Amino acid sequence: MDYINPFRDSEMCSALSKEIKKFGREVRFMEVCGTHTMAIHRYGLKSLLPENIRLLSGPGCPVCVTSSMDIDRMIACTHAGIVATFGDMLRVPGTFSSLEKEKAKGADVRVVYSPMDAVEIARKTAKNVIFLGVGFETTAPSVAQAIKSSPENFMVYPMHKLVPPALKKLLEGKNRIDGFLLPGHVCTVTGTKGYEFLKGKIPCVVSGFEPADILASILMLVKQIEEGKADIEIEYGRSVKREGNQKAMETMYEVYEPSGALWRGLGYIESSGLSIRKEFGSKDASALIKEEFESEEREGCRCGEVLQGLVEPVDCPLFSRVCTPLEPIGPCMVSSEGTCAAYYKYGGYA
Amino acid sequence: MMCLGIPVKVVEISGNSAIGEIGGVKRKIDISFVDVKVGDYVILHAGFAIQKLDEEEAEETLKLLREMSDGLY
Ligand code: SF4
Repeated sequence: MDYINPFRDSEMCSALSKEIKKFGREVRFMEVCGTHTMAIHRYGLKSLLPENIRLLSGPGCPVCVTSSMDIDRMIACTHAGIVATFGDMLRVPGTFSSLEKEKAKGADVRVVYSPMDAVEIARKTAKNVIFLGVGFETTAPSVAQAIKSSPENFMVYPMHKLVPPALKKLLEGKNRIDGFLLPGHVCTVTGTKGYEFLKGKIPCVVSGFEPADILASILMLVKQIEEGKADIEIEYGRSVKREGNQKAMETMYEVYEPSGALWRGLGYIESSGLSIRKEFGSKDASALIKEEFESEEREGCRCGEVLQGLVEPVDCPLFSRVCTPLEPIGPCMVSSEGTCAAYYKYGGYA
Repeated sequence: MMCLGIPVKVVEISGNSAIGEIGGVKRKIDISFVDVKVGDYVILHAGFAIQKLDEEEAEETLKLLREMSDGLY
């Protein structure tokens, strides 16, 4: 079966857009996931929505929500061995440097596509290989699996984050949000149980990533509002089961346990991160970093507010003038899932 | 990249490892988290299959999407 093109059908998209336009109320929906943000801009979906429906970007870009402190510490990992990372992390500016700058100065930094590639690197060297464990529940089980099947010299610097606690914090904040497009690939792993606390409070739809998926999910949110409901519906049923992927979740919790974590923009949130369990303590690269850093956000960067849907990138005075993907000031401009990068790339700001 | 997942067809399996094909390009996939056979489609994320795609559900959703675009939802 073709799992892509039928969900990109342009006639279907314009028909869905027409249906959405029948709804007259002013509403603000948040697309939690950065991959949704990218798809919305790539397919120009905002132009298919009426003015009364506003889409806000959320905290669903793992690189973007990583605090400056963690970025500084993970850059310091270059002193402790070979650093293996997803490409997104390379140019993220910390307080003093970036991985890319350290690499130019001679640090051994390797970009990998999968954590298993980093395990392969470790098998071929006697040096320590430190994988930067960034990502939500989508990624954490794979990193856990890598930890389980790795040689002694493979370690992980854990910076994983969990989505539900962040949504809870967002709802307590001052931003008005009338509905959530929930992250399809996070929920593919976790299922929807962890989101039950949103039931009765705010309409939610777990959405797929093709244009018709996203438009249909918006229409489903609209219908929930019309009917006075606040349910958790699944639009992305071909990938998301209510119970999620049990095997992946078991592996994740075998290696990791929930712990407090610091988010850019949202601050410290109880049980919103993952740390490596004692049984796997020798795999924890955070123990190697003894230095203390005076970490700071870059002056003028409004990433923290962008991640809460409080401002749009165009509200940042540095956007596209000073801050560009080649010379990024904040992580939201670097990551392929960052809101500032999406606006810059697809020109939603002209 | 981080939460990106793409549908990939499984074309070869050996143990926990499989070869997936997308648009003629072959990719190695770790299938520790899914039960799949050759011919199944999976969502590939960072080298891992995080779920097997459900054909019946996909058809259901398409049906629903068609109804929605006809204003029947
Ligand atoms: S445009 Fe650049 S400086 Fe402004 S908020 Fe985005 S990342 Fe930060």
